Amino acid sequence: MSHNNLWRYLIIISAVGLLAAAFLYAAGLYGGKGVTAQTFVNLQEGKSAMLGFRRAHAKGICIRGDFESNGSLAPYSLAHVFQPGATGFIGRFSIAGNNPIAPDLKAPVRSLALSFASRSGSANSGSSNKDQQWRLAMNTPPVMAVSTPEDFYEQLVSLSPNPKTGQRDGAKIKAFFAAHPESKDFNNWRARYTPTNSFAAEQYHSINAFYLIDDKGQHHAVRWQAVPQINPKDYLEIGSTHADALQLDLVNKLQIQAVKFDLVFTFASTGDNENDPAVAWPQDRKTITAGTINIVSSHSQTDGACDGIRFDPLVLPKGIEPTQDPILNARSAAYAESYRRRARESFLDQFNVGTEK
Amino acid sequence: MSASKAMISKTAAIKSYPVSAKLLHWASALMIISMLFLGVSMIQTLAPWQYGAIALHQSFGVLVLVLVVIRLLNKLRIEAPELPEDLSKMQVLAAKGSHILLYLGMLSLPILGWLMQNANGVDVNVFGYLILPTLIAPSLELYGLFRELHGLVAWLLFCLILLHITGALFHGLIRRDNVFKSMTFGNSKIK
Repeated sequence: MSHNNLWRYLIIISAVGLLAAAFLYAAGLYGGKGVTAQTFVNLQEGKSAMLGFRRAHAKGICIRGDFESNGSLAPYSLAHVFQPGATGFIGRFSIAGNNPIAPDLKAPVRSLALSFASRSGSANSGSSNKDQQWRLAMNTPPVMAVSTPEDFYEQLVSLSPNPKTGQRDGAKIKAFFAAHPESKDFNNWRARYTPTNSFAAEQYHSINAFYLIDDKGQHHAVRWQAVPQINPKDYLEIGSTHADALQLDLVNKLQIQAVKFDLVFTFASTGDNENDPAVAWPQDRKTITAGTINIVSSHSQTDGACDGIRFDPLVLPKGIEPTQDPILNARSAAYAESYRRRARESFLDQFNVGTEK
Repeated sequence: MSASKAMISKTAAIKSYPVSAKLLHWASALMIISMLFLGVSMIQTLAPWQYGAIALHQSFGVLVLVLVVIRLLNKLRIEAPELPEDLSKMQVLAAKGSHILLYLGMLSLPILGWLMQNANGVDVNVFGYLILPTLIAPSLELYGLFRELHGLVAWLLFCLILLHITGALFHGLIRRDNVFKSMTFGNSKIK
């Protein structure tokens, strides 16, 4: 009887044990999952995370404005935002890096992020527009240096400064790019690119490709860019050494008039791989200007409306869909992890009586 | 003899859960365990399957919530089998307590997911056909709260499920009483 029961106990223990072990494996407790959203954000935040701040593009400034669509993209996408008329947004200009007080002009990459306010109850809610939310995260480089999240991770590792000297290792960087010939288009851009002294004079790119979905369900692979309406060549003089030079410039410009960009869509042609973010599409591809981004006001990010927004490039309206570009999804996944961490810190911070944020 | 026979027939009528309860139980079990595994995997991956996985996780999460509400309503309607009389008070307490906690977990987990999505300023989309009402305004702090609770309750629910399975197998394999059989199929007519 008891011998018989021993086997029965073993069956119970192994069944429950197997299920528990499988769950721990799925949760990544044994590792073996390669580069994850968590390891990515660990790398980005470094040894001492800036609590409550974004782990990438930590320094930025909130903006408000609207997108005035001219209707030319409406035949290609069902998204309401492309119908003629204006849609309001909250957005953010930012610089690359995990330091929220870094000097503006030292950062290699600048960004423009937008979140279209098309929830129910918003200004332009005539019909149901709950599936019309759209968030864009655009950067100055038009392409990635690499095609996969794993290689991007290695790129960030090679660019990380030596913890002892605080200096980047030139040989390591050289070796990385030599081992990644797909970085050719990125390096060509970098060689040609001259940073300006103004957020308003930069060109910002979707980098990754997306599909516009028209009313027949047809998919059109596109990339887009926000093209400044002022001439970048007039803003190349970098005279300021102020740490907040780009933010001050923006505030000054907005006191005089709105800062405007054209939102231009580039359509892929047969042979263009929309899933490879490292390869630039040829210059002769069809482009359509969908309308104008009008930025009318700015606000500090510490208490601005943009601080709570995760500019997840996969929050897409009906009428835009993601491609299978692995870096596009990796951006979304890493932003989610970064958002989780700073949200937790912001929540806990409320109970830190006496420590002002 | 006739009196005890009457007693047996009275209890015999509710030796097993009705088919409605069994179907709801096993459908929920399949979905909840799948959602728990999907949840802990998808938050790590960088791969493009994540986008579709999150959409499925939300849709099935809503389905789980609907099923739990139906189960609770069904509970009012059906007659559940009694626990064996020879169980100790502690065992009865553990059985009843763990079931209450299971229901609390199954109810709160999808609602916490819904709240955390709203705190992030996005709505819950069910299979692309239905968009759930917005419960709260976007808030970074509330996202911090609900995101952590969603994760915590998921792990607690998984532990409860392990306990639940252990208990069920203990009844089925060691005690060999009626408890395990009351939730399986093909034996509705036993005794």
